[in-house]
Amino acid sequence: MTKSKEWPLWEIFIRGQHGMSHRHVGSLHASDAEHAIKNARDVYTRRNEGVSIWAVEAKDISASSPSDKGPLYDPARDKIYRHPTFYVLPEEAGNM
Amino acid sequence: MYAQMVKSTGKGVQPLEEMGPQDRAFQERIDRGEKIEPKDWMPDAYRKNLIRQMGQHAHSEIVGQLPEGNWITRAPTLERKANLLAKVQDEAGHGLYIYCAAETLGISRDELFEQLHSGKMKYSSIFNYPTLTWADMGAVGWLVDGAAIMNQVPLQRTSFGPYARAMVRICKEESFHQRQGYHIMIQMAKEGTADQKRMAQDAFNRFWYPALMMFGPSDKDSVHSAQSMAWKIKMNTNDELRQKFVDETVPQAEYLGLTVPDEHLKFNDETGHYDFSEPDWDEFMDVISGNGPCNTDRLEARKKAWNDGAWVREGMMAHADKKAQRKLAAE
Ligand SMILES: [Fe+2]
Ligand SMILES: [Fe+2]
Repeated sequence: MTKSKEWPLWEIFIRGQHGMSHRHVGSLHASDAEHAIKNARDVYTRRNEGVSIWAVEAKDISASSPSDKGPLYDPARDKIYRHPTFYVLPEEAGNM
Repeated sequence: MYAQMVKSTGKGVQPLEEMGPQDRAFQERIDRGEKIEPKDWMPDAYRKNLIRQMGQHAHSEIVGQLPEGNWITRAPTLERKANLLAKVQDEAGHGLYIYCAAETLGISRDELFEQLHSGKMKYSSIFNYPTLTWADMGAVGWLVDGAAIMNQVPLQRTSFGPYARAMVRICKEESFHQRQGYHIMIQMAKEGTADQKRMAQDAFNRFWYPALMMFGPSDKDSVHSAQSMAWKIKMNTNDELRQKFVDETVPQAEYLGLTVPDEHLKFNDETGHYDFSEPDWDEFMDVISGNGPCNTDRLEARKKAWNDGAWVREGMMAHADKKAQRKLAAE
């Protein structure tokens, strides 16, 4: 058996019929982008789950690192005034 | 179950107080119900165990296509043929979801296949039994997928994120598998001719004990469970799930008018569960170690498919490389 070069890994994103945006659904192997989309059709949309497929080669995705969890999101933590409930309004103002 | 014989390091569970800080923080994350993601730190043994378990699980989905694939061209109607084809196609998908999840732990797809083909990695013992008549398609969907569902539903909460997410997808698809099987059984056992009823009972007789074996050895003999349960990569004990399966399946068999092939089967008023006979564990050990009725056939079929497909895999890659180079030259 010859040692063959493995097909690269692709991450698959699908937008459903009523979906607002593409969602990551999983990954698969394929020789190129066109092939990845065809495989994604078979692997991830057997029940009409999508109307649009994105395939991105896994090696091209940059991800935040899990150890950043604290520091990366810290700046947002103490800014509660970004939420509407921070501002208490009188009942007379109605729904706002 | 689909991973029946996952051997852990065998050291037993270390108490939190005795763990080093890293291991302890890891265990505490799991205890809090947090998901472990591929890039997170994890103990080597956790990674190794998961690769083995997910490997066995994925291989079972793939090899599991063979006993049913056997009947696609011989289904009794076009509708049954389309149903079975869709079901088997789903199983291919299940294998792919889990392979991808396993790959995030640092093992390649080729390595996973290599370990299946060399016999280093196992698949579920159930798929080493032959499917002799059309009634077996009913029995397999009803019992084998039924047992698989029982195991996979709790695994949706497993600690490893990619595995849990694959299980969510899989569980959504499984219920059709079991229902189409039971539907076949209704047609044969309840509405069928005398011969069809006999075939349905015969299929049930042959698949009952192998289905019970799917949950793995009895708790008293499964030494590897405790660590897996602490890590939440196994959510219930083998005996718990087996009991649950018996309790749910017996009334379904009664509805079909089929007799459970166990003279000791009896509802126990005190426990509220059925008492039943254990499967033959010697047979189980025999099948899992390679001597079941179909082990050789199944593995040969997988190896042949892999080898026969080599030129396609290589051709696709060569074509993609050429296309990429042509595009580069044009720029
Ligand atoms: Fe499956
Ligand atoms: Fe299934």
